[in-house]
Amino acid sequence: MDIKVIGTGCEKCGKLYDNVLEALKELGVEEKVERVDDLLEIVKLGVMTAPSLMVDGKLVVSGRIAKVDEIKRFLK
Amino acid sequence: MEFLKTMGLSIQNQVLGMKWLSKIIGNGLSAVGVDLSSRIGGSLQFFIYDVIKITILLCVLIFVISYIQSYFPPERSKKILGRFHGIGANIISALLGTVTPFCSCSSIPLFMGFTSAGLPLGVTFSFLISSPMVDLGSVVLLMSIFGAKIAVLYVVLGLVVAVIGGSLIEKMHMEMYVEEFIRNARSVDLESPTLTRNDRLVYAKDQVVNTFKKVFPYILAGVGIGAIIHNWIPEQWIQMALGSKNPLGIFLAVLVGVPMYADIFGTIPVAEALLAKGALLGTILSFMMAVTTLSLPSMIMLRKAVKPKLLGVFIGVCVIGIIIVGYFFNALQYLLI
Repeated sequence: MDIKVIGTGCEKCGKLYDNVLEALKELGVEEKVERVDDLLEIVKLGVMTAPSLMVDGKLVVSGRIAKVDEIKRFLK
Repeated sequence: MEFLKTMGLSIQNQVLGMKWLSKIIGNGLSAVGVDLSSRIGGSLQFFIYDVIKITILLCVLIFVISYIQSYFPPERSKKILGRFHGIGANIISALLGTVTPFCSCSSIPLFMGFTSAGLPLGVTFSFLISSPMVDLGSVVLLMSIFGAKIAVLYVVLGLVVAVIGGSLIEKMHMEMYVEEFIRNARSVDLESPTLTRNDRLVYAKDQVVNTFKKVFPYILAGVGIGAIIHNWIPEQWIQMALGSKNPLGIFLAVLVGVPMYADIFGTIPVAEALLAKGALLGTILSFMMAVTTLSLPSMIMLRKAVKPKLLGVFIGVCVIGIIIVGYFFNALQYLLI
């Protein structure tokens, strides 16, 4: 699985990142989570709001901090 | 007609303005022995009333607005804008700016996304001007304090500044003053995540909680300053600096307002108090526009995406637009209040 947390290192992005890690842990899945914080990379992905979560190239969370339970659904 | 007018006025005063709340607080304070005609008593009543009123308005407003905004993520606005051309694109852009969720921290990705999608520079700037200046929340707040006429006019003029400002920047052909790395970025069209009604409600609730946490100190500060102005600063001072005796009052207001970073919810109580003390309407509205549209943090952010010359033009266009709007309101004040 290709998991990306996208955003330029603001406080909210960190929270979303933590929630993703927590969701993975609860699911018992070992996956690497990539943090994309370079502006150019973000634009290349087509994302315009932070924090966002992308799973396998699909934008699943845009501009908000999703809760752990919600993220678990996206990671299944 | 007369009936409708009375009804409109009572909605404005009692529902949005919450005059009843001021009364309850006044009675409560009198009951515990506070003299409302004294300065301290008056300040106290104003402070408690305003904090509660603005907090209620903020929570209700942010909830409703966030729910609407969840339908307009910037990715979608970008796609919508791609379909329009010429001045029409600037107008739609300014309108979308009012409903797209915006904070200065996302202005860069947004700017880059718009530009790399091939949207004209002017359209992007129309968006960047209207988004902070005319947000849905400010409209209802203005309505509750200054009345519907002024609120509607504020919105219309704000949109006009955004459309004309964007078009001007377009006409100056400043594309080369956008940083290279943005011009070279390729654009990708992403599908926005589909949201259920429940997702939107949760999003709206989270926005209320987050905004409240972020903005509450500004409200306290704003209302505090408002209370001081209301009861302690001599009327003559304010009339001298910001009233009809000073034709340059607007320049002063804009000069002070531009570098300041504050939320509209924090500026409104200050504006309200200044108006009551004889400052001119246009001077106050241009102060509010300056505070919300431009701030040092947002300029520093934008500098990463555009070169100093374009940044300068952007600031210049906003400042001139705001000053013109200010004089316009001052000229019409006698018709509006």
